[in-house]
Amino acid sequence: MKLITAIIKPFKLDEVRAAVSDIGVRGLTVTEVRGFGRQRGHTEIYRGAEYVVEFVPKTKIEIAVDDALVDQLIEAIIKSAKTGKVGDGKIFVFDLEQVVRIRTGERDSSAI
Amino acid sequence: MKKLVAFLALTLAISAAWGDAPSTPILISADKISAGDTAWMLTSTALVLMMSIPGLALFYGGMVRKKNVLATLMQTFAIVCVVTLLWWLVGYSWAFTPGSKFLGGFSRAFFDGMTFMHDPVNKLSVSHLALTIPETVYAMFQLTFAVITPALIAGAFADRMKFSAMLVFMAAWSLLVYVPIAHMVWEPTGWLNAAGVLDYAGGTVVHINAGMAGLASCLVLGKRLGYGRERMPPHNLTLTLIGASLLWVGWFGFNAGSAGAADGRAGMAMLVTQMATAAAALGWMFAEWSSKGKPSVLGIASGAVAGLVAITPASGFVGPTPAVVIGLAAGVICFAAATSLKHLLGYDDSLDAFGVHGIGGMVGALLTGIFVSKEISGVENTVMTQFLIQLKGVAVTAIYGFVASYIILKIIDVVIGLRVTEEQEREGLDISLHGESIE
Repeated sequence: MKLITAIIKPFKLDEVRAAVSDIGVRGLTVTEVRGFGRQRGHTEIYRGAEYVVEFVPKTKIEIAVDDALVDQLIEAIIKSAKTGKVGDGKIFVFDLEQVVRIRTGERDSSAI
Repeated sequence: MKKLVAFLALTLAISAAWGDAPSTPILISADKISAGDTAWMLTSTALVLMMSIPGLALFYGGMVRKKNVLATLMQTFAIVCVVTLLWWLVGYSWAFTPGSKFLGGFSRAFFDGMTFMHDPVNKLSVSHLALTIPETVYAMFQLTFAVITPALIAGAFADRMKFSAMLVFMAAWSLLVYVPIAHMVWEPTGWLNAAGVLDYAGGTVVHINAGMAGLASCLVLGKRLGYGRERMPPHNLTLTLIGASLLWVGWFGFNAGSAGAADGRAGMAMLVTQMATAAAALGWMFAEWSSKGKPSVLGIASGAVAGLVAITPASGFVGPTPAVVIGLAAGVICFAAATSLKHLLGYDDSLDAFGVHGIGGMVGALLTGIFVSKEISGVENTVMTQFLIQLKGVAVTAIYGFVASYIILKIIDVVIGLRVTEEQEREGLDISLHGESIE
């Protein structure tokens, strides 16, 4: 099993959700985050005082999947989250040791 | 000669109505009150109170950081309460009863003698400054001016003053600075009033006065921790825009209400207020757009307030076209003061109380001397004469306002301390001073 964490542009969330549902992903977790990468921040000016906003708002999604689905999922995220402009985000893939469904106590693949 | 005849006729007319024209508050028969004037002044009073709460409170509250928003709202609200009681204690009496050149008398302390007696006596007291409305309404109307003026100062020292010290400062400032200046400018025995200074609704008394006190307080207190290094953007400009809009609407009470009557002059004051405000808002917006690249919400709102400030002294004296000029001048000059002058000189006037009210008030008070219309005001002076008189009014208010505020602040600093601890300032005044937060 793998845990896929993707940082994407906030307005792409709905497209990504639809794309991963299409390949059979049954659940994901979303967090509003801020950060910086290659995309530069922007400058805000209030009565002449300039502030550089370095941390750009992004959306983080986390999805647990069986190994068999990983490549397909990565493809789906890339396809749906891509704009081709700097700041589209990143995908991180981690090994996942255990999954437990709290309601039933099921484990691993059957709990995903 | 013609003038003399007119003057005599007017004097006779007043004498016929009043015996002699009163120079002090008097008791009159209730049927001499104008229902129209009274209705408008009751309305104006409510409008001007709305300028402070919630107008000014929101205008400032939106501009501070999230950790200080409640403390900022609290300052305005508390000032309204404290100054209200001081007005009853002695403020009204010292400001608006005859006395020396600098201060009125004690005759209306605790609103003593301010009365209404129902049938069959049917008499009530009126101020000698507004003969067609009850004195209760006049005192209330002036009260709303007395409360908003110190509240304006709070913009200069936002984010770093102890609440206790602020209460003491505002109480002292109200009685020792606002009241004497109001008396000098608006009461006929006052020095500047007798000198012919024109201030229709408070360009000197309210705005220059508060602006200079603001400058004094940000100099005495010093800069906010991290000023110039840390981010200090406004936390919610929606609140600020709502606040500015409430100020704009309320200002019709401020300026048109300063006619003391529901008459042609009130109408003219309202018209010119609208013209100047729109011109100033656009003036600031375009100045910012051309020099900083974008027209900002904070910019257009600040410009509107600068225009309201600048037209305040002029509102009952000028026509609509000069009002547009006054507004444009105020918008552009205040923009320069708040964005360049402040950074150039390095003082931390957090929300630009001096940059907008001090500078805007000066622009308005001086331009009043240039644009005063004989037709509207009845003032006969030449432009140069009146300009010099205005300059005197501005200088006296600015110097007195600054020096007296500076001394009061220094004394409070020595006795109880003005500034919160570094830890409290870092944590935010909402939690550290009031035990509350909006998060």
